[in-house]
Amino acid sequence: MTQQTERFYYDNKIVKLFAYATIFWGVVGMLVGLLVALQMYLPALNFNYEFTTFGRTRPLHTNAVIFAFVGNGIFTGVYYSLQRLLKTRMWSDKLSLINFWGWQLIIVSAAITLLAGFTTGKEYAELEWPIDIAITLIWVVFGWNMFATILNRRERHLYVAIWFYIGTFVTVAVLHVVNSFELPVSFMKSYSWYAGVQDALVQWWYGHNAVAFFLTTPYLGLMYYFLPKAAQRPVYSYKLSIIHFWALIFLYIWAGPHHLLYTSLPEWAQTLGVVFSVMLIAPSWGGMINGLLTLRGAWDKVRDSAVLKFFVVAVTAYGMATFEGPTLSLKSVNAISHYTDWTVGHVHIGALGWNGFLTFGMLYWLIPKIFNTKLYSEKLAGVHFWIGTLGILIYAVPLYFAGFTQYLMWQEFTPDGYLKYPNFLETVIEIVPMYVTRSIGGTLYLVGALMMVYNIIKTVKTGQLVENEAAEAPALATEYAPHKGEHWHRVIERRPVKLLVFSLIVILIGGAVEMVPTFLVKSNVPTIEAVKPYTPLELQGRDIYIKEGCYNCHSQMIRPFRHEVERYGDYSKSGEFVYDHPFQWGSKRTGPDLAREGSKKLRKSHSWHYNHMEDPTSMSPGSIMPAYPWLLEKDLDIESTPAKIRAMQTLGVPYADGYDQQAVDDLRKQAQEIADQLKTEGIEQADPNKEIIALIAYLQRLGTDVEKN
Amino acid sequence: MGIEIFPIISLAIFFLFFTGLLIWVFTTKKQYVDYMEKLPLEDDNEMTMSKSFSHKSMIN
Repeated sequence: MTQQTERFYYDNKIVKLFAYATIFWGVVGMLVGLLVALQMYLPALNFNYEFTTFGRTRPLHTNAVIFAFVGNGIFTGVYYSLQRLLKTRMWSDKLSLINFWGWQLIIVSAAITLLAGFTTGKEYAELEWPIDIAITLIWVVFGWNMFATILNRRERHLYVAIWFYIGTFVTVAVLHVVNSFELPVSFMKSYSWYAGVQDALVQWWYGHNAVAFFLTTPYLGLMYYFLPKAAQRPVYSYKLSIIHFWALIFLYIWAGPHHLLYTSLPEWAQTLGVVFSVMLIAPSWGGMINGLLTLRGAWDKVRDSAVLKFFVVAVTAYGMATFEGPTLSLKSVNAISHYTDWTVGHVHIGALGWNGFLTFGMLYWLIPKIFNTKLYSEKLAGVHFWIGTLGILIYAVPLYFAGFTQYLMWQEFTPDGYLKYPNFLETVIEIVPMYVTRSIGGTLYLVGALMMVYNIIKTVKTGQLVENEAAEAPALATEYAPHKGEHWHRVIERRPVKLLVFSLIVILIGGAVEMVPTFLVKSNVPTIEAVKPYTPLELQGRDIYIKEGCYNCHSQMIRPFRHEVERYGDYSKSGEFVYDHPFQWGSKRTGPDLAREGSKKLRKSHSWHYNHMEDPTSMSPGSIMPAYPWLLEKDLDIESTPAKIRAMQTLGVPYADGYDQQAVDDLRKQAQEIADQLKTEGIEQADPNKEIIALIAYLQRLGTDVEKN
Repeated sequence: MGIEIFPIISLAIFFLFFTGLLIWVFTTKKQYVDYMEKLPLEDDNEMTMSKSFSHKSMIN
């Protein structure tokens, strides 16, 4: 027997770095979250300053929480557990550090650029193309380091947590690359390769699977490692965990279209999304039950362990969110939840409960381990647990009320057949008390997190980091005598690569079945003769709309409901969006839908828009919309127009050949017309060179094409 | 353009995938499962682990 024991060292330094980054960005993300929660009922907190306005702070919050807090949480857990499950140090300390610093650099550049207004306008994928490339490179570094570690392992068998890590790596790579197909116009400005319905399908295939493969599968891997560790007993059913893994990655990838129910997406794709979303409840609950039953016979430990308390609530929140998800995918339920705060409540059960609490539990368990000490205060961790749990409830419950209340108001008719609440603002004012309550819940949650910061600083001070933790294990035999078992050995040896390839195939099936027909079959996106490309000024105005993040509060998608048609005009058709790179359907209505803002039914005067952007309350008393005074001051970037027209032509928008040369003249002409009109309406200072003019042009264009029929 | 075949193919893939998965999982040897589920706990000093089963004994 050549089973010689080798001595080696686990790298705890990289785990510490990622853990610190998780805590730091967690607090930052939650602080920005609190700011956006307050901005929703105290518009003064937008500070009349473009860099701190909701349209930019909200993407900062979502990106910070998903990619900075949870992202670093993933790396913390993976770098800790992977080494131990494979009985080897990470393959390259250098790659580990590149992964760490690269990721932090991406986060910092994301924070700066999002606040500066550089955005692709696609939710959770707002970062512009140079950062997209950086993300790809760092993700490859992570995967490279992980795979090299796996290939150098001392444990032949890959525990199920590692399957989840591999599935995560492959799928996130595919999602990111496919959804980030964009045509750069300049440094930090690009247009989505896809338009309208197709862009929406790709975006929500990505968006939903960002939830699935960034917020869920890696954290399930962490659950399958850290929960048994903390409970000191094996997972309830290993077989169930295998089914959980394969069923989840197979089913999840199909579910994206449930974000587009009742939209212009072809009906069959919507139905496909619903069916697969409903099926998802089976593996999700299997996983939740597997997690909770791991504690069978050990529930007494939960009473004394803050770590286990956090894990129990995290897994329960996973179960709640994955029950709610399929429910929200049913069309009749989705009619209520879509565009309302119900969705926001739902995602926060996942983010605060599942991701947040699993992270907190993991940190409370892991920091004392790598610092070779005990947690400074188990009691304080217990207080954190209770205040956090209370925070989640006070956050989420009011939003469920808000969602139902607002929907019921939207759809209510008087006996005479008119909308009972024709003014959208009325339905917003009604739920402001719920927004207030929600921000109190969020504050409690943040206070809990700050308690953790204190507790961990104290813990770190009492211990000392074991930078290189010694371990011993026999080397993995690489050669085998040619006996009958050989084949079996080889299969096992090749398993990590096989696992990677098989995961890739499994996730590509769902993506392909959904997308190929939508892209190839013309009848799925019927064209409308009257729909023409935007004028150069409207195109620039649209870019301002995207830059200011208007899509964070305004949809451009009228669903085929009586009350929506009554409120906004005819329901939206897929053919109306064929020149929209990117689509701007939105996912939440804090303000009214704008798809037909320029139509006869909804049209306002140019001066109304001018005044409204300068101070929304001047036109809509009580409005919670931020003011955009800088749009009246800032000059429009006219120089960029020819390049933008050329980019659109490359993407298939039928501007005449050589139109880029004429575009600036057309732009100036239309801007002058709007400025002149504004002057006749009493806005003496109207200047055709300002950004506001382009935005007005765009808003007044919305929904007008189809009226020409 | 022959798009009708997509739903049939999808159903077939779906059915075969889950049938294969269930067969694979339910025919997995108990030894393998016992070994695998203890992997995360191996470096715990406080645990008294049964080390009698190694991958060697499982494989042959």
